[in-house]
Parts: sequence; C-alpha cells; structure tokens
Amino acid sequence: MRKTAHELGPIVPSDITPYDKYVSRRALLAGGVCLAAVQTLGRWGESFGQSGPAELSYTHNAALSVTDPPNSYKDITTYNNYYEFGTDKSDPAQNSQGFRPQPWKVTVSGEAEVSGSYTLEDILKPHPLEERIYRLRCVEAWSMIVPWVGFPLGDLLNRFKPTSKAKFVEFKTLYDPKQMPGQRARVLEWPYVEGLRMDEAMHPLTLMAVGLYGKAMPNQNGAPLRLIVPWKYGFKGIKAIVGIRFTETAPRTTWALSAPNEYGFFANVNPAVDHPRWSQASERHIGGSLFNQRRPTLPFNGYGAQVASLYSGMDLRKFF
Amino acid sequence: MSAVAIRWVVKPLVFLACLVPALQLIAGAVGFAGVSLGTDPVAVMLHTCGKWTLNFLMITLCMTPLRDASHSVFWLRFRRLFGLFAFFYVLLHFTVYLLLDQAGKLGALWQDIVKRPYITIGMLALCLLIPLAVTSTAKAQRRLGRRWIRLHRLIYVIAILGVWHYWWGVKKDIREPLLYVCGLSLLLGYRLWKHRKSLGSRVSVARVARTDAS
Repeated sequence: MRKTAHELGPIVPSDITPYDKYVSRRALLAGGVCLAAVQTLGRWGESFGQSGPAELSYTHNAALSVTDPPNSYKDITTYNNYYEFGTDKSDPAQNSQGFRPQPWKVTVSGEAEVSGSYTLEDILKPHPLEERIYRLRCVEAWSMIVPWVGFPLGDLLNRFKPTSKAKFVEFKTLYDPKQMPGQRARVLEWPYVEGLRMDEAMHPLTLMAVGLYGKAMPNQNGAPLRLIVPWKYGFKGIKAIVGIRFTETAPRTTWALSAPNEYGFFANVNPAVDHPRWSQASERHIGGSLFNQRRPTLPFNGYGAQVASLYSGMDLRKFF
Repeated sequence: MSAVAIRWVVKPLVFLACLVPALQLIAGAVGFAGVSLGTDPVAVMLHTCGKWTLNFLMITLCMTPLRDASHSVFWLRFRRLFGLFAFFYVLLHFTVYLLLDQAGKLGALWQDIVKRPYITIGMLALCLLIPLAVTSTAKAQRRLGRRWIRLHRLIYVIAILGVWHYWWGVKKDIREPLLYVCGLSLLLGYRLWKHRKSLGSRVSVARVARTDAS
C-alpha cells in the first residue's frame, strides 16, 4: 500500500528541498538536540508579515504517521480549498495574508459540564504537540501527504466533560467577511459548520491541528486551529475554529446542506461510493510526475484498520 | 484592407495569437523561461484547454454579428480559423484528460463517458465537432452546397453542450460558467431575433406580392 520513493517516479525539485530540510530537522530532534522552543503563542500574531510562521516544539508520532514522503511545504500552502478566501485553490494563499489569527477566542457550549469562552492560549496550554504525517484525500479526487502538528481532539473535548446527552460535536469557522473576502459571496452558507459523531471525535487519529511542517499553521491552511480527520474527505477538516458545541442530534454541516445528494455527514473516504459527478475509485496524487499521478483510493483513506469498526453494521452507501 | 494583406499579414498574426494559450501550457509543462503551471499542472492544462475551447466557440459565433454590425465580410474570413482552433483546443483538452488525468486508461474513460452525464455531453460535443472540422475546407463547402450550411448549424448545439459540460463539471462556484451562459444566450438570441425578423419581412414581401397580383 505504501509507496517507496522509487514507485512514486521522478521527484520534482520543489519536492526535494523542503523535504530534505525537514528530514534533517527531524534527525536533529531524534539526536536529542533540543530545538530552541520559541515562545510560539506570543509570536503567533507577530510572526504575520515577518519571516514566516513561528517554529513549534513537538514530538514526532511515528506510530500514527505514514511513511510516504510528504508533499512540499509550497504544495501544501499554495494549493487547497478554503472558500472563505475564494474558490480557486490558489486563492487561500493569496487572500489570507491579512488575516489575524491572534487574538483568538473559542466558544464551547452545548451538552457539557464545562462551557464558556476561551482564549487560544487557554485551549492549547495543557496539550503537548505532536507531529503526524497523514494522508489527505480531497472529495475532488486529489490527494497529498501532510505533516501536521497538533494534539488529539479527544484530549481537548474531555476537558469540557461532555454529558451523556452529547452524541455529536459541532464546529464553527469564524464569520468575518472583512477578513475573509470569500464570505462576501454566497457560494456557501456562512459560517462554515462541520461536525463529528462523538466516537469519531474521540478517536485517537482525530487531530486538532495548530501547525504543519513544524511551523505554526499558515493562515491559508486554517490558522490558528483546525480539524484533521484523516479517514474522511478533506472538507470535514474545518478551519479557523471559533465554536465547539456538543449536541444531541447531528449538526447540519455546510456541504451536506449545500448539496445533500453529493456530500454526506460522514464523508468517509470510500472508493466504492462515487460522487454523483465523478468517480472516487482513484485519486490524483499532487506533486508526482505528470504522467504518474493516478493512484487507487483506499477505503477510509488507508485508515480502515483503525476506524472501520466505528461503522460496523452501517450501510456506507446510505450514510456516505 | 486588401485581401492580400489579410491573407499574408493579419491571418498569420491571428493564427499565432490563437496558439499563445497552448504555447504557455507547453512552456509551463517543461518549465521553460520560468513559466510554471503551479501545484496541480494537470488540472491547469485541463481547464485552460477546456476554457479556450469555449472561448473559440464564442469567438466563432461572434463573427456573423460583427459582419452584420459593420456591414463588412472582413470578419467571416476568420470564422473557419477560430472554429478550427476550438477543435484544436478540445482535442488537447481530451488528450490531457485521457493521458494525464486518467493515465491513459481507456476503461476508466469509457466508465466516465457512460456514467457521468457531464462527461457524456462533453464527449458528444467533441464528436459533433469532428464533421465540422472535416468539412471546413472550401472544397467541401462547394461540394455540400446548401447542406454545408445546415450541417454547420451544429455549432449552436455544440456550443450549448460545451457550456453545459462546464456548468455541470464545476463543484459549486458557478459564477464563471454563468458568464458563458450569458454570452452564449446573447449570441444565440441574436440569431433567433434575426431569424424572426427575416421571417417577418418575408411574410410582408409575400403580402406585397399578393396585393400586386390582385
């Protein structure tokens, strides 16, 4: 299932440089050399407009990482969907540079014993950061490999002591058309809403991400706080989260509202269930050679061994 | 402008201009002169060729209204050239789709054609363009006579199918396909209006003729 560098075909120059740097950084970490842990949180806001995102201190979680070579930092930060900044895949990088991910507040509400409004620092403080190299599969049938930095979502949610009524958790993106020009057009219902069933949210693979490639999350990738659910299509990974709400019923998620026959609540990567307008059986891997980008799509994006049991007995054609 | 100047100066220049999008793609694909196609070159090639197909269909359809407005047949000398460029770009579009996007798998292509309505109509539009390209020579035009005009009215159907294909293919943001819908509506609407008007004048001519006879 995993490809060796040889099978991936020729590696383009844009792949090589960042990855080499990256590997050497990881070697440094492994060698016990302590990277100067910059006061990340304070620098978050300041780093904007300066020499790029702040370095994070983290440990690499090899057990939960794939071994495929990650896409380049440039690929990951210049090619993605983030409709709040425009519908072209180059729009987020271009239109998010004025976005201020600091100061930031997250409101926690719903079926939980603890609720209220928290600063980003409050949210992050107790959680050691780890790096996980995950596959990313977009519902549009392209894919990447991304080294995220974050912490398990479950650890965060447990702090709010969800009650037995909490069956789902709903996330909301910031609504601020001044900062997010894409929200001035009614392409989708704003603000963006996503959600997970509680068992999905508590699954150890589900990540609250705050960075990538060892650096604070770039604005275009969802700074300061975004969700990563590697066995689901990318649109489940809601960005710039300002609201977390525990609910008894399934949240009404943005894409499912916008086209219910095309996008479901679960949105698990499934090569056997096609999108009505295109096949999900295979994907084009971004960054490979021009002639060798098609790869078969794996059930649950290759995470079936860990997550398939969450859906045992469910008709995945119906609950797509 | 003299026919010689058009044939030897203007037409070659227009021809070169029409090649620019394709040359840009080739430069980007091989990394010539710092031109880059970005992170997803296959998608860029696919969309660029698709959009220029539609652009050339639109430009082709503009020639008749321009002739009518300017009372000059100058425009009609470029109609075939633009039409053939639409065909050229749709062939590139198809080739990129088959060889790069689908990695040359004919089975996958066939599956897409039968299963995905937007690909079905795209393929249909491409196939309908073939007879028009084949009969685009002056010789074919002479040989087919009146039938040539009827055959080449297929361009209206092709343009509708092409815009429809684009509309159905986009995920959510239909603002750009909508522009093509508006443009095409104007171009086809103009023809409908002209047709009605000529019908009207023919009826009145007939009436005048009848009155004369009585």
